[in-house]
Amino acid sequence: MSDLTTQPVRNPFADRSIDVADARRRIHPWRVVIGVLLALVTVQIAVFLATNERFDWPVVAEYLFNPSVLMGLGMSIMLTVIGMVLGSILGTGLAAGQLSDFAPLRWACIVFVGVFRGVPPLVQLIFWYNLAYLLPRIAVGVPFGPELFSWSTNDLITPLTAAIIGLSLHEAAYMAEIVRAGILSVDQGQRDAAAAMGFSRWHSFTRVVLPQAMRVIIPPTGSQVIALLKGTSLVSVIAMGDLLHSVQVIYNRTYEVVPMLLVAVIWYLVVVTALTLVQRRVERHFSRGMTRDAVVRRVAARTEVAA
Amino acid sequence: MITPTDTTPVLQVVGLRKTYGDNVALDGVDFEVHAQEVVAVLGPSGSGKSTLVRCIDQLETIQGGAMYLDGELLGYEVHNGSIRPLRDSDVQRQRRRMGMVFQQFNLFPHWTVLRNITEAPIKVHGMSPAEARERAMELLTRVGLADKADAHPRQLSGGQQQRVAIARAVAARPRIVLFDEPTSSLDPELVDEVLQVMKGLAESGMTMVVVTHELEFARNVADRCVFMAEGKVIEDRASKDFFADPRSSRLRTFLTRTTAEHQGGGSAPVEKRAASGVDA
Repeated sequence: MSDLTTQPVRNPFADRSIDVADARRRIHPWRVVIGVLLALVTVQIAVFLATNERFDWPVVAEYLFNPSVLMGLGMSIMLTVIGMVLGSILGTGLAAGQLSDFAPLRWACIVFVGVFRGVPPLVQLIFWYNLAYLLPRIAVGVPFGPELFSWSTNDLITPLTAAIIGLSLHEAAYMAEIVRAGILSVDQGQRDAAAAMGFSRWHSFTRVVLPQAMRVIIPPTGSQVIALLKGTSLVSVIAMGDLLHSVQVIYNRTYEVVPMLLVAVIWYLVVVTALTLVQRRVERHFSRGMTRDAVVRRVAARTEVAA
Repeated sequence: MITPTDTTPVLQVVGLRKTYGDNVALDGVDFEVHAQEVVAVLGPSGSGKSTLVRCIDQLETIQGGAMYLDGELLGYEVHNGSIRPLRDSDVQRQRRRMGMVFQQFNLFPHWTVLRNITEAPIKVHGMSPAEARERAMELLTRVGLADKADAHPRQLSGGQQQRVAIARAVAARPRIVLFDEPTSSLDPELVDEVLQVMKGLAESGMTMVVVTHELEFARNVADRCVFMAEGKVIEDRASKDFFADPRSSRLRTFLTRTTAEHQGGGSAPVEKRAASGVDA
């Protein structure tokens, strides 16, 4: 070493008495301080939760598995699933459209995403719910020509359909951006290779580009699912019987606002935690072939099974 | 070497023009490739040689000239006396008769080596999965990677990936294989294994266009060499004349400079193409 400050350490114990295997853990003073503080805060919160009688835990326990609460939970999960499925399909189409080389389609998709991402979901829900004011009848027919079918808007737009339309369109706009980023993350060489093999555009997109884009698409999509589940609480404003609405109905009668909100909080956290676990598994699935590590692990697992 | 009996070239390029805005990448390129011929395309970087093979495989749109594969116009059709682009499905049908090997390999990382090779034969050419598998294993054996069939591309070295990419390119028995600088992104010690595979392919009678910087390969394996500069073909000659008696001063300069660069650090020489006859 030419560095003046670091002199080579000469071993004063020529008898091999030093072995780093015997080393103790080093103590980091600041970690001790922060650890103690965190422990104190945790205890404080636990004491607050346990001793404050206004939480009314017996009431929470009584209503946690109440049938109407479970119905509301089911409705929230159902809206999340429907919104996510429709949003992902439409969003993937919008993403592909935004990357199309046909300019009118590209502009249409960009405007659609801009509008539905820009308008708050609560506003959209109320808007769709009141669609009949703007459009008393909905008709399917030749543009500027004869009508084939028509319905009264008030028959079509129930709280359920308004909720599905509002949440799906909002979700589609967000998914479009996520999928677009995923598609752009895939190397152009992959598309060239797929084209050179004679794959159709559909085959290239669904078998080559999308599976590789998934690695980038999945993590933000997981956050989207969670955001959508929480977003379903907005539908309570159009009298849709979701989880929040179901506890509101109960506390409007019993005035036990905080315990009933806790019931909802517990269920939201349970579902979100479950979703997070699922997300981790899906992420691992789509990272196959992307890291040597993941492949080696899977091959090793397979070998173990075989042995 | 087998002399082509059919006089129609496998590939014919006439007055090809490719521009990027004001930048002219290919400025009236003419050349042809006959059955079982191996043509090396050489030239300084930026001379348009990579663009040329990308245009032939229709990965780039062209701005002028015409290209023919077995006499069939590539990418366009004559309709009511005027010329218009083909629809996508027809372009795909034409691409299926060509194989392409990329500088960056471009294997599909989410599939095993075997699926990389069998996907196009099964899904695009309608080969039965059993037959495609058998063909893939035979090709993998030929490129010395039969034991890697179930590996993922990222687990392989660059040289191994490029050998798989070559197997993938020839799996559906194309009329011609285009190589876009197949050894340029490889570590020097891995170049030779890929060149050996390409030499074997040439010996089996495959028609090949090889864009390369490997002068030894061009001299010993290619039948003809094409020298390009600034988007134009400067010389197009039989390999031995190309190296022994370069006509243009630009080619002479290029050969002197490139040979000097490679001295001391180049790859082992690839031997002269042996008697052909093994079928593809």
